[in-house]
Amino acid sequence: MTASGLAAANLGFAPRHLLGTEGLSADEITFLLDLAEGYVAQSRRSDKKSSLLRGLTVINLFFESSTRTRTSFELAGKRLGADVINMSIAWSSIKKGETLIDTAMTLNAMHPDVLVVRHPDSGAVKLLSEKVDGAVINAGDGSHEHPTQALLDALTIRRRIGRLEGLRVAICGDILHSRVARSNIHLLGTMGARVRVVAPPTLLPAAIERMGVEVFFDMGQALQDCDIVMMLRLQTERMHGSFVPSTREYFRFYGLDAEKLKAAKPDALIMHPGPMNRGIEIDSELADDIDRSLIREQVEMGVAVRMACLDALTQDLRGHNLAGGDVIGSEARP
Amino acid sequence: MNGAMDGPVDGAVAAPAPARVVRHRTAYVNARLLDPASGLDAPGALVVEDGRIAELGPQVLAEGAPEGFAVIDCGGHCLAPGLIDMRVQLREPGEEHKETIVSAGHAAAVGGVTSVAALPNTEPVVDDVAGVEFVARRAREAKLVKIYTYAAATRGFEGNEITEIGLLAEFGAVGFTDGLKAIADAQVMRRALSYARAFDQVIVQHPEEPALAIGVMNEGEIATRLGLAGIPAAAEAIMVDRDLRLAELTGGRYHAAHLSTAAAVEAIRQAKARGLNVTCDTAPHYFTLNEHTVGDYRSFAKVSPPLRAEADRAAIAAAVADGTIDAVASDHSPHDQESKRLPFNHAEPGIAGLETLLALTLALHHNGAMPLLDALHRMTARPAEILGIEGGRLAQGAPGDLVLFDLERPWRIDPDRFRSKSKNAPYEDHPVQGQVLRTVVDGRTIFEAGA
Repeated sequence: MTASGLAAANLGFAPRHLLGTEGLSADEITFLLDLAEGYVAQSRRSDKKSSLLRGLTVINLFFESSTRTRTSFELAGKRLGADVINMSIAWSSIKKGETLIDTAMTLNAMHPDVLVVRHPDSGAVKLLSEKVDGAVINAGDGSHEHPTQALLDALTIRRRIGRLEGLRVAICGDILHSRVARSNIHLLGTMGARVRVVAPPTLLPAAIERMGVEVFFDMGQALQDCDIVMMLRLQTERMHGSFVPSTREYFRFYGLDAEKLKAAKPDALIMHPGPMNRGIEIDSELADDIDRSLIREQVEMGVAVRMACLDALTQDLRGHNLAGGDVIGSEARP
Repeated sequence: MNGAMDGPVDGAVAAPAPARVVRHRTAYVNARLLDPASGLDAPGALVVEDGRIAELGPQVLAEGAPEGFAVIDCGGHCLAPGLIDMRVQLREPGEEHKETIVSAGHAAAVGGVTSVAALPNTEPVVDDVAGVEFVARRAREAKLVKIYTYAAATRGFEGNEITEIGLLAEFGAVGFTDGLKAIADAQVMRRALSYARAFDQVIVQHPEEPALAIGVMNEGEIATRLGLAGIPAAAEAIMVDRDLRLAELTGGRYHAAHLSTAAAVEAIRQAKARGLNVTCDTAPHYFTLNEHTVGDYRSFAKVSPPLRAEADRAAIAAAVADGTIDAVASDHSPHDQESKRLPFNHAEPGIAGLETLLALTLALHHNGAMPLLDALHRMTARPAEILGIEGGRLAQGAPGDLVLFDLERPWRIDPDRFRSKSKNAPYEDHPVQGQVLRTVVDGRTIFEAGA
């Protein structure tokens, strides 16, 4: 029996780590989203805590500053009853040397069951995953992938619209540097959505069309008939003359406002991974429009999706507890 | 003149003559003699006397070797000039944990290489006479392969002031280069090419426009998927184009190192057709591998310039075959684990290549792309001409620098078994054909397979 066959029969999720959405099957993605549905309900109760991961240790290892993602993972771990440790290491301030591998080996000796890792370099989380015994979740590596963001985006869309297949999604802004864009392109493509990217050419990576997306330079054209408009954050250091001439010009041509949104479907929904630059990539009023903006819901889904990922990646550790034990989160399992 | 070097800086010249002259004669019999310079490819024998080739040919020693000759039976295998590897990083002084002149010497010997030209990118940079003399002294002590050295083209590789090209050449430097850094400033490059003419010295460029080369792999779909910053092929072509115009303007001798792109090769091809005095080399990885080797952030496949698209790889192979690319050099860049087991962005670029130069290049012969003599020419006579050094030929009076190899023997590359201190090569289990059996420098056997 193949590994995936075994997984389908018993666990539903075969991978040992979650390093990216590239290569995840539609079944695996659906499994995680279904699992997360149950955790949305758990997170809305007054007693949000279960003991599914009791006794397990989750280490949040962040080599790049982050408040939301780290907090989201921390809550996810705690709501499942795990012991959660946060470690922030300023990557820029330490000598490159062996540090990443050293850190991995040191932490590994403490027997964490799950390592949640964010790192400013593409591929660094994979490198680390090769040196540890526990499961690794990529919480963002350079410009490569941020799989839990794409999963939470998918969950948010699916809950609002009921499906992913056949939807037209425009991803707008700094595609070049965005791990969120890459993870979404893979995941949405696998789930049968039609993905467009729109940005000034200086913010589009080479051969991006080879990833199965349609490429636009013009927001009006790109948003035509879209169901979802996904905005990306533009880093401040890229705004002034390096990749785009000015924030003023960027907002004029690529910032999302009511006028540009008219090109999309009348009920098109707006998303943003946060934190937002209001008035640069998105008009403030639109961001707060409760009928159109999914931005706050995305944050809520973030915790549920991360609970689902922690659940899925620790299933074999928990072994026989699966069937009996804690049923919360298992309810949604097929 | 005081300190002046004459020929190799390895000092492997014969010891002072003893009171009673005893000639050391070695006969290499039953060989397939291969001399790319003259086109010789025939069975025969070769005699080395006191470190130099005394005679060779099909009729030599046809009656058997006389008394007093040491006889080496070549078993019908290929006897060719020892390889001249015109682009090697020694790491000594400064990074002896990665390689030393001795360990590189052993690696070269295993690879059938009898002369290397070392890049000046050591710590400190070889940009003065003392640096050249240091390499010469250490090479003399090592007594392995012949080690020539380039000197920096600009002081400290800073790209501003040209070095003492005349003096450095007098002390044995065989060319001038800023190593892995491009000589970026057009005016500085113009002056280097122009000034070096007075001493008939070659300027060796790392041809990459630095402003466009802020990246870690080839620009394209794979870099985009991996989220890695890409270097466009145009970064190389732009610098080669510029340099060719400066070579034309100055009449200087220009050599473009480790070409990786079809566009740059085409530019060189046209420049040669126009009669410009320009040459170039590439390394085996640029015609053996492409950007797919990077796979999933495999830092052993990180090189500078980066591994390119398949079309570029094919163009490089074709240019080696048709002679547009003059030389194949190993681009030996030894790195320890600590320099490679890092996030791809931070891993050092480079492949340890001395021990695989011959076998990887012979693949172009085995796959029918080029005749054997042409393949050998790119690693012997041609680099010798570019560097203006002895060797690279089987001819009467030439140094007894030889490689004996089994052209057909298949084997798989195992970097863990490299003699180099560093094992960084993306060739684990890579199948090749052609194995070095013996390496001889000035008549001394410095490597023998199975010995």
